[in-house]
Amino acid sequence: MSQFAIDIHNLLFQWPGKDGFRLSIPRFCVERGERIFLQGASGSGKSTLLGLLGGVLVAQQGRLNVLDTDLTQLSSGARDRFRVDYIGLLFQQFNLVPYLSLRENVLLPCRFSKRRKQRALESARSLEQSASLLLETLGLDNSLMHKPVTTLSVGQQQRVAAARALIGHPELIIADEPTSALDADRQAGFLELLLQRCQDDNVTLIFVSHDPRLASAFSRSINLGSLCDSALQPSEASA
Amino acid sequence: MSTLFHLAFASAWNRRTTLILMMTSIALSVMLLLGVEQLRTQARDSFSQSISGTDLVAGSRTSPVQLMLYAVFHLGEATHNFRWPGFQAIQSHPSVAWAIPVSLGDSHRGFTVIGTTPDYFRHFRYGERQPLAFATGQSFTDLFEAVVGADVANRLHYQAGDSMTLSHGTGGPGVVEHAGKPFRITGILKRTGLAVDRSVLVSLESMEAIHLDWQGGAPLPGLSIPAEYVRKFDLAPKEITAALIGLKSRAAVFQMQRFINQYPSEPLLAVMPGVALNQLWSIVSVVENVLLAISVLVVVISLCGLVASVLAGLGERRRELAILRSVGAGPGTILSLLAIEGFLIVVAGSLLGLAGLGILGAVAAPLLQTHLGISRVSWELSAEAWQLLLMVMATGLLVSLIPGYRAWRMSLADGLIPRL
Repeated sequence: MSQFAIDIHNLLFQWPGKDGFRLSIPRFCVERGERIFLQGASGSGKSTLLGLLGGVLVAQQGRLNVLDTDLTQLSSGARDRFRVDYIGLLFQQFNLVPYLSLRENVLLPCRFSKRRKQRALESARSLEQSASLLLETLGLDNSLMHKPVTTLSVGQQQRVAAARALIGHPELIIADEPTSALDADRQAGFLELLLQRCQDDNVTLIFVSHDPRLASAFSRSINLGSLCDSALQPSEASA
Repeated sequence: MSTLFHLAFASAWNRRTTLILMMTSIALSVMLLLGVEQLRTQARDSFSQSISGTDLVAGSRTSPVQLMLYAVFHLGEATHNFRWPGFQAIQSHPSVAWAIPVSLGDSHRGFTVIGTTPDYFRHFRYGERQPLAFATGQSFTDLFEAVVGADVANRLHYQAGDSMTLSHGTGGPGVVEHAGKPFRITGILKRTGLAVDRSVLVSLESMEAIHLDWQGGAPLPGLSIPAEYVRKFDLAPKEITAALIGLKSRAAVFQMQRFINQYPSEPLLAVMPGVALNQLWSIVSVVENVLLAISVLVVVISLCGLVASVLAGLGERRRELAILRSVGAGPGTILSLLAIEGFLIVVAGSLLGLAGLGILGAVAAPLLQTHLGISRVSWELSAEAWQLLLMVMATGLLVSLIPGYRAWRMSLADGLIPRL
């Protein structure tokens, strides 16, 4: 087991089409347990990098190791399994499946991954209890458990989504602007909770945002633009 | 797999109003399709079972279909009759086991009167070679005795021993009654589902007797022969409409057919009932096939509606599908999710339609029997109907792949972040 949660080497990805956006990262490493703030303006290739890390996109060249597994070598089915087994994903907003209950939303990864299910059961008697415990530490009380998720506030919804990303102790959490829909007070509160959980569980966190004010809470802050090989970056980059 | 079904079900339940409407539309269309198919099969069955064990049907030369229409179904009228010596020649032919004469032309309150001999009850077969059976009483044996079919007895409340008068011609306004010569009912036939249910059967001699004082289709003015004197006249039949013939050996059928078709004294025609029934059915079946085609179209329309509504809902579900992708659902899972949903609706709709048809059948069976005389209504599905049902479900699965495929393409393009 190497010390790196993410190890990128000479990565090149180009969207199909002649003017397709091109992402090229010569070298990028994240150590296990690190909490990284990744800043990038829109159009800088954030979505593309997330797609690559999440295994829904495959690089044409180079090496992309996530937790010592080279994603470029996996089949698409294996990448789908890898994603749910090892990575918790958290998005901007509308993170919940509207027709599932709050608890079922949290437990979704356990439905698709045996590993996540087993790990969730290691610290609790049942999956339900595991979900409840997690929601409690994220400050959501039990009375909300049976409410339709669509009646929750945006802040509450994001906490449920965070619980879903954290359940079953994945090694890596990738959060894509999870606080952008929250007001400043709640942003800080949410961020604190998320960082605390990651620290307690020793989870690697990649937190993507365009808002530099949040950077101070992280152990390392990186600008996506500085990672990319600017010589290969087309001037009219937009995607 | 259970996760997939659970998700498909929960998602469907979330949009239940639309989907219940879709399901209802599929249920109704399946009900129509199976109902039409059911009636079609039964019509065809009772049609093909209307005569069996008869090797040849003979009559004056006309088209085979027309001969079948009046000889077997008692529909329409013969343009020419066929003279008694001709019938006798056929009957006495060495290959012939039995021959039943059929003489049409009179009616009783809208029901056909058939002049024949008691051989009709002895030799006539239908369905799986079933003979005619009496519900009460027995065959006519004498002049002015009649046997009535089940529908006649039922509709007119006749019992054995009642008396009735026949009318000349086949009904309509201005029919002339053979009022002076009442008939006594000696027997009532069991229900068969055939034309004979709506017939009155009398002897050929009785037919002659009621027409003694008639000429050219009208009573002779000033001449009236009372019933008690008719026995003094020669009542031997002079002509009949058609004959049903059974042979000693089926092998002789072509030879016998040739014999009749080449009968020298008058132009006659002999047809094999199976062949002629097929010809006749091909005419009738056009209507049936059109009906079936229409109901197939209705099913197609409701399946199109289903696909359209699932596709329309897909845009709204884009985020939801991306979330499922993020928790490990592959594009194949997304495809299955959509396909399962559509397929479940088609299956549920089909089963609902099947149940609806069963209920409708139970409610409608007595009505059909009393008002339409369709007696042997069975709501047990025929093999063809089951095949149709399976085809609807298979088509449902196929068309459900369309939104499934769209979702698959979409989730591949979107990855983890839906482009909205």
